[in-house]
Amino acid sequence: MSTSTTIVAEESPFRRLVGDFVQSKMATAGFVVMCLILLCAVVAPWISPQNPYDLVQIDIMDSSMPPGSVSAEGLKFLLGTDDQGRDILSGIIYGLRISLIVGAGSALIAGVIGSSLGLIAAYVGGWVESAIMRLVDLQLSFPSMLVALMILAILGKGVGNVMLALVLVEWAYYARTARGSALAERRREYIEAAECLALSRARVVFHHLLPNCMPPLIVVGTFQMARAIALEATLSFLGLGVPVTEPSLGLLIANGYQYMLSGKYWISFFPGLALLLTIVAINLVGDQLRDVLNPRLRR
Amino acid sequence: MSTWLLRRLVQALFVVLAMTVIVFVGVNVIGNPIDILISPDANAAERAQAIASLGLDKPLWQQYLSFLSGVLHGDLGRSFVYNEPAMRVILERLPATMELAVAAVLISILIGIPAGLYAGLRPNSWGARSLMAGSILGFSLPSFWIGLMMIMVFSVQLGWLPSTGRGATRALFGVQWSFLTRDGLVHMILPSINLALFNLSLIIRLTRAGVREALPSEYVRFARAKGLSPMRVVGVHVMKNILIPVVTVLGLEFATTIAFSVVTESIFAWPGMGKLIIDSISVLDRPVIVAYLMLIVMLFVTVNLVVDLLYVVLDPRVRLEQQG
Repeated sequence: MSTSTTIVAEESPFRRLVGDFVQSKMATAGFVVMCLILLCAVVAPWISPQNPYDLVQIDIMDSSMPPGSVSAEGLKFLLGTDDQGRDILSGIIYGLRISLIVGAGSALIAGVIGSSLGLIAAYVGGWVESAIMRLVDLQLSFPSMLVALMILAILGKGVGNVMLALVLVEWAYYARTARGSALAERRREYIEAAECLALSRARVVFHHLLPNCMPPLIVVGTFQMARAIALEATLSFLGLGVPVTEPSLGLLIANGYQYMLSGKYWISFFPGLALLLTIVAINLVGDQLRDVLNPRLRR
Repeated sequence: MSTWLLRRLVQALFVVLAMTVIVFVGVNVIGNPIDILISPDANAAERAQAIASLGLDKPLWQQYLSFLSGVLHGDLGRSFVYNEPAMRVILERLPATMELAVAAVLISILIGIPAGLYAGLRPNSWGARSLMAGSILGFSLPSFWIGLMMIMVFSVQLGWLPSTGRGATRALFGVQWSFLTRDGLVHMILPSINLALFNLSLIIRLTRAGVREALPSEYVRFARAKGLSPMRVVGVHVMKNILIPVVTVLGLEFATTIAFSVVTESIFAWPGMGKLIIDSISVLDRPVIVAYLMLIVMLFVTVNLVVDLLYVVLDPRVRLEQQG
């Protein structure tokens, strides 16, 4: 009994968190896959067999080759080539970059905006709170697909526009979560203490309230990142998302779709698999984070 | 109750009005309608004449008012592509979308509720665990990818089901329907399952959670103690309490289903409203885009209103709260 308490006392919160997290083999595997995917996207120019957007490197003669084919120059296409003769594997590695930048970027921006608004709503109260929360309710009553469709129908496609659409779709989830946990936290003694020290409101909200509302926001952020990546892929698949010059996984899948019916499955199957792996990995991590960070579930 | 209803109606009206402003500003201020509407080969005189006839020379607020009166009359201009009133072009596609959406909702109810009951009654069985795992996938995987895989497996590899189009249709009340012919039904299988997957996952989880919550409660134990058959306990007593959340969610999700039919219709080349809007966006058929957006916003606001009202009718607690 006494030994176990000393061990717990010596553990830092972060180490305990890691210890809890690795309890689940699935989540750990998800985390490893997520890191590998991220690494692939970051070092794309060094690891991909060819640069799929350098016209010198691609040869139309290599078009639509099945997985495992070898080009005239002896380059092996592990996952085959698309209709332009581009290596699918290279396309995926470069596509991951766009997907992750758009997905993670919009989740982050939406997180900052949404959490701030949620915290302000909870802390200030009054008409500010009801105005913000009314907006959140309105936003959440429309499905994300429709909101994104609307924005892109008006603004047209483009990486910036897709990110704007995703931010507008997602901020409300953060705002609701931030307000919920901030309402519970703001009655605690440490907030009262901070207020007694006559700290500025901004300092109380962002230095004292925010850190203590972080755990649920991190969980929401993880899930929203997966959702953003999926939604971006869907929009790009429909031709509303990223432009052809900056193809994400969704656009690669769309390019291969017409060839799928003639049996050339690999052009869209492998980018789809990469997308799937990314989304499932992030969701597994988010699932475990939710359990680990939730104090009610802690043993 | 009546003041609540009035407030809710005003609120709904306000949302619709706000949306008309957003769509109008979006299309007319952010996008440049002159570039879109007038052919680039036109000379200066033709341009000026076209601008005058479209009313683009008037101040913005006047343009907005005429747009608003157009919305009220259901007149949103003529489609450039079909050269027909935009509203009519969309409404012609409405039955195909509705047919698919209704089929999807039916599938999610008819499979989702029994599956959810099973998962709730035997939570530790192998089947229940795989149902739960499957429903997570149904939530998190993008539906377009699942649709592609369905085409790859069932149409391309196995050759069992057709992948695109509506198949043969038959007229009923002056509208063509696919579900009335065998060929049409076969064409509906893949798209409607694809569209149903999200709701199916949702209903399985909701039903399971409802069963898990109801089973240890007093009224179920009392019903069992009375010696009622397990069938009756589950089928009547448990079911009644599960249905409220399921009905609410289904009502709300019906509109979402229609919004998501954009994806399913594009994959399976189903000639409904969703495919129309995607095609219209890619050729910049502005009147159709605007008409679609207005129509779907109104649909949403109406559905939300009806669900709110139904909730008051179905759940006595909400009703008491409104009065108290």
